[in-house]
Amino acid sequence: MSETNYKPTSAFGKWFDERLPLLTLFNGHLMQYPTPKNLNYWWTFGGILTFCLVTQIITGIVLAMHYTAHADLAFSSVEHIMRDVNYGWLIRYIHANGASMFFLAVYIHIFRALFYGSYKSPREVIWILGILIYILMMAAAFMGYVLPWGQMSFWGATVITNLFSAIPLIGESVTQWLWGGYSVDNPTLTRFFSLHYLIPFLILGLVILHIWALHVPGNNNPVGIDLKKDGSDTVPFHPYIVIKDLFALVIFMIVFAGFVFYAPNVLGHSDNYIQADPLVTPAHIVPEWYLLPFYAILRSVPDKLGGVVLMFGAIFILLALPWLDTSKVRSAVFRPIYKQFFWLLVLDVLVLGYVGAMPAEGIYLLISRVATAYYFIHFIIIMPLLGYMEKTKPVPLSIADPIISSGSGNFAAAKKDKILS
Amino acid sequence: MSDEINNKDKTTRREFIHIATTTVGAVGAGCVALPLVTQMNPDASVKALAKVEVDISNIQKGNEVTVMWRGKPIFIRRRTDKEVSTARQVSLKDLKDPQKDEDRVKKGKDEWLVMVGVCTHLGCVPLKQQGEYGGWFCPCHGSHYDISGRIRKGPAPVNMEVPNYEFVSDSKLIIG
Ligand code: HEM
Ligand code: FES
Repeated sequence: MSETNYKPTSAFGKWFDERLPLLTLFNGHLMQYPTPKNLNYWWTFGGILTFCLVTQIITGIVLAMHYTAHADLAFSSVEHIMRDVNYGWLIRYIHANGASMFFLAVYIHIFRALFYGSYKSPREVIWILGILIYILMMAAAFMGYVLPWGQMSFWGATVITNLFSAIPLIGESVTQWLWGGYSVDNPTLTRFFSLHYLIPFLILGLVILHIWALHVPGNNNPVGIDLKKDGSDTVPFHPYIVIKDLFALVIFMIVFAGFVFYAPNVLGHSDNYIQADPLVTPAHIVPEWYLLPFYAILRSVPDKLGGVVLMFGAIFILLALPWLDTSKVRSAVFRPIYKQFFWLLVLDVLVLGYVGAMPAEGIYLLISRVATAYYFIHFIIIMPLLGYMEKTKPVPLSIADPIISSGSGNFAAAKKDKILS
Repeated sequence: MSDEINNKDKTTRREFIHIATTTVGAVGAGCVALPLVTQMNPDASVKALAKVEVDISNIQKGNEVTVMWRGKPIFIRRRTDKEVSTARQVSLKDLKDPQKDEDRVKKGKDEWLVMVGVCTHLGCVPLKQQGEYGGWFCPCHGSHYDISGRIRKGPAPVNMEVPNYEFVSDSKLIIG
């Protein structure tokens, strides 16, 4: 971007920057980087997510100093962290609730992209990198949840690893390879710990690529149009966006702290304070709340392989979204019908999350089947068709435009503007 | 001479060296990947725990014990005569994974049902004497098994597994 006429002020800065232009890089991408001037608060979640990742890495490294990855010792080492380690309770509660806050932020971030069409050309690669990050987050959180070696850890791990046994022919060998044995046991725990440590750093790498890819076309914006080349539609990242992001982050941290200090266990399951017992399955196994919609999809199908295929399909279909959506207009602000389907999808995912927490029988099973079907219909049928059939509202030609002239004269004014210039 | 050959198949010496080097490199990478991947398979110490011995002399008819084998529960049930006859009256047509009860027990030991107490859906431990078929019920996603451990209803694809085992005497069983 505009890393143009930057020169470090100090002599050392100049000396260093000539040898490794890190300061120029930071100046270009974190200070001068031009951002649309109409970004709203839904755009602050990228910064919040970065904060969450850093929080998980720092608290995680500290936890790993006191945690013991062994089937006989893991559970008591977590209790040791809670009772004996100085501020261990605080660090663990930040890490455990931090995972939930991370997912809360990522869901808002993803639905923001869905609403404003941020996944559409030229931002497909940003979107794909984002979905890969999301998949790795689920892997990291799943393996982290196994580490305390409570009942939910153990049985959650059993159910999820058994998903792979649905693969025809090689399923059983694949699961035994994952377990390092004939069931979830110590070898499983130690490898999960190793991978749980690794994955956040892979995520960090992907985040860097995600931001790099973002800084090529620049941010999308609530109006969803390309910005004017002359720079009149943008403001520099610092201080405008930095301050706005920080303000949102403070609000987010208040909510985060609310959970950590006043309700540290509401998002977890009390069965995980019982040590793992391979002979007794808890009456009602549920994953963490952020995985519930996919769990509901898994259980909605009365066939093992079918359920697994649909569950993974529900995630991977997101990768194809930029090509499934055929509309030329990005932002839902100008797509009156898509806007309604968008909110229906939000509702659908919430319903899936709700039935995922309920027993898979009777009315809940029926609801989960309808909601699963609708989820796929939204992406496979509605998105492609709507692009052709929907009559979109007139789109302004610049960001400044809807502010200066309002109402329906908008489009005509914008057009005239173009002819004149 | 060599120019003639080169012109014919359009492979230069340099291209040949390229392909040969890449091939050797790929084979080498595969050889290195092999130990890195197989280290995750069950190791020697895990495999060594392959057999367990169980004393069954105290199990009354209609009762059941659970023992651990390879980290998994094994259900050993001494079935009542009525349970055995219920299991045998089921027509194979009604079964999702058709198997006769006779084929799931040892000859002459029809009352003894020995099986891996793991739901074949996603691996939970089913609860005994529950469900719609008087056998086991898996609470995780609702699979019903009959008194022979055969799947009757729910997402599980096949019957509960019968492990290798033998009666070394009337009171002793070896699993594995
Ligand atoms: C993407 C970032 C991460 C996520 C989403 C995540 C998630 C989780 C979750 C959900 C738990 C279970 C919490 C509980 O109920 O106790 C956990 C535990 C744990 N994590 Fe992480 N984690 C992340 C990064 C890290 C990192 C970088 C480390 C560094 C080694 C780490 C080390 C640990 C340890 C030692 C535990 C076990 C102690 C405990 O259960 O509190 N985590 N993690
Ligand atoms: S694990 Fe038994 S029904 Fe799913």
